[in-house]
Amino acid sequence: MYEGQIAETATVLGNNGDPIEAYAARPLGAVGIPGVVVLHHMPGWDEWSKEVTRKLAHHGYAAVCPHLFSRHGPGRPDDVAAAARAAGGVPDAQVMGDVAGAIRYLRQQPYASGKVGIIGFCSGGRQVYLAACSVPGIDAAVDCWGGRVVAPPESLSERQPRAPFDLTADLACPLLGIFGNEDANPDPEQVNTIEAELKRLGKTYEFHRYDGAGHGFFATDRPNYRPQQASDGWGKVLDFYARYLGGPPAA
Amino acid sequence: MCTFVTEKIAVEGHGKGFPEWIALTTANVYFDHPTSLPLEHSLIVDFLDESAGASARVAVELSPQSARALVEAIETALARGEAEHPGSTG
Repeated sequence: MYEGQIAETATVLGNNGDPIEAYAARPLGAVGIPGVVVLHHMPGWDEWSKEVTRKLAHHGYAAVCPHLFSRHGPGRPDDVAAAARAAGGVPDAQVMGDVAGAIRYLRQQPYASGKVGIIGFCSGGRQVYLAACSVPGIDAAVDCWGGRVVAPPESLSERQPRAPFDLTADLACPLLGIFGNEDANPDPEQVNTIEAELKRLGKTYEFHRYDGAGHGFFATDRPNYRPQQASDGWGKVLDFYARYLGGPPAA
Repeated sequence: MCTFVTEKIAVEGHGKGFPEWIALTTANVYFDHPTSLPLEHSLIVDFLDESAGASARVAVELSPQSARALVEAIETALARGEAEHPGSTG
């Protein structure tokens, strides 16, 4: 554990070199540490997403959470999230460019080990799946209950033109999936479908499914929070990163 | 829900924001994760002045039961009001 850390708002050069705001946290004084890109959920770049970023720093990672809706600002993150939603969400291509920018940001830091993981929640989980299949340079990906990974054609749009599931053959890094068995999006059947495809294609992955948990059960500020399952799930996430990102140096 | 399905209507009205009243031009209505209400899903109405940026928003998050009760109350109040004040259109 790293008790001392620094957390601040930073600027990341995202898609097309656009400067976007990001929340960055890292342990104080540590060098040779892996990075993690945090993709926030649909309610936006909120307090909980920033707590997750600090939690990763507490465990020895340099974490950065880009504000994927920032082009719909300025404004409070909840107002900006509402504006992004009303616009039909942010385009997948733009998000992938922002993810690539966040990865570059992490690798450029003098304390970086060079290894970079990614984690995302809800819509961010879906974006993690897309990124792991399409953005170079990701060493380990964690999809937490990403919805619409399996998506019927009628749910696709100009902004989200492809179902991430259809890109599974291109998955280029180990994937960890965390799901609640009471979730409706993705429901257990969709999780089965994704897992069967990963297995068929010989991908490196591990899925953990939790009884008594629905959508968003890590989120401490929401009624679906399930402390026991969330605690176990975070253990799985940190163990996965330790294996595939090399883990941070001993504190 | 994690979708972007939204019912969008043009409106004429004002809403009390903070600290001032603002003109309202648009209402977006959807069912999704609320920001503040401690429920997993809710009926959300964003009343907006789209010409004034993302912060020109009066947001309401209601439980599904409350939203249905509100629809009924609006219909009742409209019917009574229009009966008492015929010709009040807008």
